[in-house]
Amino acid sequence: MAYPWNYRYTKDHEWIEVEDGLGTIGLTDYAQGQLGDIVFVELPKSGDWLEAGKPLGTVESVKAANEIYAPVSGEVVEINSALQDAPEKINADPHGDGWLVKVRLKNPAEMNDLMDAPAYETYVTGPGREESAR
Amino acid sequence: MRYLPKSPAERDQMLEAIGAQSIDDLFSRIPERYRLQAPLKLPGPYSEAEIVRYFSERARENSVGYSSFLGAGVYNHLRSVVTDTIIQRGEFLTSYTPYQAEISQGTLQAIFEFQTLLCQLTGQEVANASMWDGSTATTEAVLMAERLTRRRRILVGRSVHPQYRDVLRTYAKSSTLEIEEIPFGADGTINQGSLESQIRDDVAAVVAQSPNFLGAIEDIPALAKTTHSPGALLIVAVTEGVSLGLVRPPADADIVALEGQSFGLPPSYGGPFLGVIATREKFVRQMPGRLVGQTVDTDGRRGFVLTLAAREQHIRREKATSNICTNQALCALAATVHLSLLGKQGLRELAHQNLSKAQFALAKLTEIPGVRRPFGAPFFNEFTVALPRPVEDVNRQLLGEGIIGALPLEPLYPELANHGLLCVTEATSRGEIEKLATALRAALAAVQVEA
Amino acid sequence: MSDKITKATRHVSQNEGLIFEKSSPGKRAFDLPSLDVPPVDPQEVLGDRHRGEGVAGFPEVSEIEVVRHFTRLSTWNYAIDLGMYPLGSCTMKYNPRVNEFIARLDGISTEHPLQPSELSQGCLKILELLEDCLREITGMDAVTLQPAAGAQGELTGLLLIRAYLESQGDPRKTVLIPDSAHGTNPASAVIAGYRIENIQSDSRGQIDLAKLRERVTEDVAALMITNPSTLGVFEQRISDIAEALHSRGALLYMDGANMNALAGITRPGDFGVDVMHLNLHKTFSTPHGGGGPGAGPVAMKKILEPFRPIPVLIGKRNGELALEENRPQSIGRVKAFSGNFGVLARALAYILAYGPGIRQATEDAVLNANYIRKRLEDVFDLPYDLPSMHEVVFSDAWQKATGVNTMDIAKRLIDYGFHPYTTAFPLIVPGAMMIEPTESESKEECDLFVEAMRAIAREASSNRELVKQAPHTTRVGRLDEVTAARKPILRWKGTDHSAA
Repeated sequence: MAYPWNYRYTKDHEWIEVEDGLGTIGLTDYAQGQLGDIVFVELPKSGDWLEAGKPLGTVESVKAANEIYAPVSGEVVEINSALQDAPEKINADPHGDGWLVKVRLKNPAEMNDLMDAPAYETYVTGPGREESAR
Repeated sequence: MRYLPKSPAERDQMLEAIGAQSIDDLFSRIPERYRLQAPLKLPGPYSEAEIVRYFSERARENSVGYSSFLGAGVYNHLRSVVTDTIIQRGEFLTSYTPYQAEISQGTLQAIFEFQTLLCQLTGQEVANASMWDGSTATTEAVLMAERLTRRRRILVGRSVHPQYRDVLRTYAKSSTLEIEEIPFGADGTINQGSLESQIRDDVAAVVAQSPNFLGAIEDIPALAKTTHSPGALLIVAVTEGVSLGLVRPPADADIVALEGQSFGLPPSYGGPFLGVIATREKFVRQMPGRLVGQTVDTDGRRGFVLTLAAREQHIRREKATSNICTNQALCALAATVHLSLLGKQGLRELAHQNLSKAQFALAKLTEIPGVRRPFGAPFFNEFTVALPRPVEDVNRQLLGEGIIGALPLEPLYPELANHGLLCVTEATSRGEIEKLATALRAALAAVQVEA
Repeated sequence: MSDKITKATRHVSQNEGLIFEKSSPGKRAFDLPSLDVPPVDPQEVLGDRHRGEGVAGFPEVSEIEVVRHFTRLSTWNYAIDLGMYPLGSCTMKYNPRVNEFIARLDGISTEHPLQPSELSQGCLKILELLEDCLREITGMDAVTLQPAAGAQGELTGLLLIRAYLESQGDPRKTVLIPDSAHGTNPASAVIAGYRIENIQSDSRGQIDLAKLRERVTEDVAALMITNPSTLGVFEQRISDIAEALHSRGALLYMDGANMNALAGITRPGDFGVDVMHLNLHKTFSTPHGGGGPGAGPVAMKKILEPFRPIPVLIGKRNGELALEENRPQSIGRVKAFSGNFGVLARALAYILAYGPGIRQATEDAVLNANYIRKRLEDVFDLPYDLPSMHEVVFSDAWQKATGVNTMDIAKRLIDYGFHPYTTAFPLIVPGAMMIEPTESESKEECDLFVEAMRAIAREASSNRELVKQAPHTTRVGRLDEVTAARKPILRWKGTDHSAA
């Protein structure tokens, strides 16, 4: 699966797409592949504040539970409530339908700390990827 | 040694295959100075007959032959021989936690049945299998409420079992929980007025026990109403599961913490018992302990698996809902067999016999001058009595008659001097109750004569 | 069925529904003695507010149906009584039947924990003798038998450490835990109020002593170590590890899950451990029972003794034993009543059967693990090659190339008549295959196991799909765990109209 060029990526395998100060956050295709079948996702509530690098929720497969880290700081304005009943959307369409939350960015400059698509692709296919997988 | 299946020659063959000169070679990583040079000073080895003799001798130094009226969280109920026969089948007794579902369907299906029975009993939607006992289940229920509400104040009825409250305090000491107690009123149940004045929107949970430690049945719907208004959760501890055969189940509770000892487990000097947490489906991800779920195999056949394991310590480690690993699975199986044997009618009849005998006992005892029940709330098979003298003194005389009398309450509740807690079950005969009444009358009369 | 499989043969097992599906109104399996007092009217006694309607949905079946139901279910389980159960870290050994017998004696199973101590001397003597034996086996100064299981033992041990350090005016906030530890260690430490720092094992799977020294700051209360480690390897520099902690005022906690490698050979109290728990359902053979019950006594050095949880077993001046509740320095109560007494009695029966000969059990356990290791090391990868004690950890690295992983091999073992080994643990070994035979296996059973494992290794390259699709001989195939977790069905709802 291609990594959209207009998204930015974290080392913890989240993506974010920003339009007009509003960011959409999700898990990357690589992350969902590593996790396997996702059975549950726990998300913040609208109105909660996220801090870049801090956990915003958790994602569970049958044999694992992992934290999801916020790529940027900001206020949650919407969550993907469809995931409550259908977490498998994250497996099926991680960069689209499987998005997690939308945030109003507090500090757009934080985007500069993230990887672009080619950098992320190198990051997950290059040497040492085993160590970086969560 | 009879448990070890090797001859000396086989041991030598195996050492040779390994390439070791002697068994000591296999322990060479242990520094020489730490290796024991002399045999351990342990009694034994004992033959099977000697083991039986040792424990039979110890058994005779206990209370065999006495009539006991103790309850207080541990109940003497009749048990069918079927239960013990089933749980001693090697396939149940000597198997591990059912992680390999394909060869553990027996344990898994039995646990699924257990979860169902416990939901039916408690009026809740999901029950785990299992916690260590009622006291740790109650504490785990509080920790669960803390996670669900993200609040830290806990209000606990003083009518909750004192040892359960002790355990909660032990766990709370190393957490940020703040424990406050709610007094009981004149009828022996939680004082609603006190609860109303103590509860605020920073309270995570209210903990009640019903029937409570003093025997009184709490008004669960009323407690639920008061508890829910500021968004707190109601935890109901049940130590006497048989009561649920007649008493309205705590369906209004958000979490039920149950001690299942009454369901086929002997008193066994305090354990192993059976803790259970039952709750609403929406809280299941914050629930501790094992859960079995129904699913299908590759050919679409019904089967059962351990599920929602991502809550547990072996996956989530420091972020797990609990540290529990080994639980009380075989005790849960015993309860499943016991409850299946009792069935719908049997459980109701059992509860009815407990209720009838406890009422009979209370009537007999309160005929004695100076003996009264101080609390007015309905009770099931335990009740508090007030005597004209210290309970310990009376008990010493009862022991001489072969009777273990009421549990003295003063050490636990200083304001309840001369009060004791009595329990009567279906296993208590009318003759034993009458003998208690006669002995108590004599004990109290003797003092009047002395005075 | 493959002709290579010599240990097991297929046979018919009975199908059986849920107990609820056998229910029909009016059937019964239990009769009470007739009521010998006047019956009361529940409505009158309990009142409207408290009287229930009776339990909806409870089964109504006969005694023979209950017996058949659970007997049929039992035949769907694998068990030690059927054969080798080499689950690493679980110590699945023979559970002597005499232990079941004595735990059910009148005067043992019948005793109430709150009865007067003068009528409980038998129970108290059992507890006293077990405490003595466990002190001798561990080389420690004091024991508490209260904890209900290993994880509660861990919590109790950490609370003892906390109470001790606080009494020294030196409360600390951090506990160090190796990455190879059981999941209960960090989970227990968090409940005890500690912050966790994970420490990485060195390239040989051992504690890195130099790094440990750097990590033991004045905020570190303890290191929780498992010895032998979960790789089955003895930490050779254990006394240096203890010294590294003690010199900075921290204590050494030992997870005693692997005591089956040490009993009668060496004693944690002698090599610097301050406090440890024992899993009586592992080393001391009390039955696992499909997941419990267990017991998790904690053994400790003198400095921790004053903080033991209540009740504490004491000898009175008149020579009688008693349980004391009034202990001002105690960490409090960790469980109601007096420990899992029935489990404690079984463990004592086990110890009495061996006496000092418990050393022979340890030797046989280590012998079996090393024999299996030797006979499999040419077909499976051994990621850490230090000498094994009571268990050996291989990995699926050599099979992975063909697409066969540890879980596939484990499932295929079932077809060969064995319970699988432990998969996916310890976490520091990707694709771990953790094998603990225990002393209860004969050479013949070990040989059958070795042959099964070697045959599966061949199948992994010659008949990959056979292994990937295993097991082939069980009642049910691999189960859909994903749907079970996504849409949990946690109780039977067949005729549960009230829940709608």
